[in-house]
Amino acid sequence: MNAEWRWDFAIEILPQMLLATLNTILAAGIGYAIAAVVGLLFLLGQRTPIKIVNMINREIVEFIRSTPLLIQLFFVYFVLPQFGITLSAWVCGMITIGLHFGTYLSEVYRGALEGVPKTQWETCRALNFSTFYTYRKIVLPQAFPIAIPGMGNYLVGIFKDTPLLSTIGVAELFHAATAVGGYNYRYLEPYTIVGIIFLTLSIPAAMWIRKLEKNVNLAQGKIKKEQL
Amino acid sequence: MLFGTVTTIKVLVCSTILYVIISLIFGLMRLSKNPLIQGTATVYIEFFRGTSLLVQLFWFYYVLPFFGLTLEAFTAGVVAIGMNFGAYGAEIVRGGILAVPKGQWEGAFALNFTPAKRMRKIIIPQIFPIILPPAANLTVELLKATALVALVTVVDLTFEAKQINSITWLSAQCFGTALLIYYIISRFFLVPFLRWLEVLAARKVGKDKI
Repeated sequence: MNAEWRWDFAIEILPQMLLATLNTILAAGIGYAIAAVVGLLFLLGQRTPIKIVNMINREIVEFIRSTPLLIQLFFVYFVLPQFGITLSAWVCGMITIGLHFGTYLSEVYRGALEGVPKTQWETCRALNFSTFYTYRKIVLPQAFPIAIPGMGNYLVGIFKDTPLLSTIGVAELFHAATAVGGYNYRYLEPYTIVGIIFLTLSIPAAMWIRKLEKNVNLAQGKIKKEQL
Repeated sequence: MLFGTVTTIKVLVCSTILYVIISLIFGLMRLSKNPLIQGTATVYIEFFRGTSLLVQLFWFYYVLPFFGLTLEAFTAGVVAIGMNFGAYGAEIVRGGILAVPKGQWEGAFALNFTPAKRMRKIIIPQIFPIILPPAANLTVELLKATALVALVTVVDLTFEAKQINSITWLSAQCFGTALLIYYIISRFFLVPFLRWLEVLAARKVGKDKI
């Protein structure tokens, strides 16, 4: 075992790693889709006028947010089979990520809805619009742009948390790196390549989100073009 | 499990100290006018924010020995978490410094303070009420991140839970208890403590009435 970086080995394992990257992206995508929907459910729970539902919803969100994703993964993966529900590692991983980040996204949605000025609601009331119509035509079109940066950040966040899935045996990028490293007893190249792949994917994504944020602010007239 | 909890808290405290120091240093470097210093800080922050914490952790633990630098699992965990969260914290510090009203800078300038003294005596004390709420969120995130050190064989709460689970196969009890302990640490100890710090910081600069 020596400390030198071996290019031939790095190039040899690269196709395998890139293939596994597709799995990582897929996992992040599915996890995000679930999280987006779960976030809406939590938001709904938060905004119902029934006090007890609000309270239960709040405690669930608090609990999920303040416990580690890793243990939640273990919990779902190991505990559900005890109750006779056996799910594959993929399904478990996606459900857990969806639930975990759903709580974060519900906060983003809430912030966006509250970001719409109250006068908008009052005006709609004055114009005798129905609640549904108000949401669909007035509030949501204004809330959505506010939510975009936060939603984008959590997309990158989910992407960076997918390596945790390797602990329950989902064959994504990090899992592939550990397998390759263990097989050849060389960890330097696989883990470094994983780091580089993550950087090359997440930095452009973050830059794109920042640009999107600026565009949103521009469109809403919060900043002027000269300020950019 | 309680033994593991003590380790978890140790990791939490050590990496919190490290991340606070790193974020102050790099947050200030990020605002430096010297392009070299600013560039270093930017590269550091982008690098640690761009890659996953787990990858960094494994890199510190499994790859650094190749370069002759063998870290103990505990040290590797604390350093990886501290450096990762330091990068996030640096951005918060930068935002906090920029949020100090311009009049304060001008006032210090008018009083002929040196830049170092201006920073130390006027600006830094004022950033705490601004940065503490986001920093509190980050610290709760850090508590959750400490679970990852179990994967590089630090015997913390998560590691114990896994270990006991593999012996007894009482998964619901093992992981359920671990989840509850994390929840209790965060909800009843960490968060109230951070809230108290926020109140304290606000009082120090006379903002508690708002």
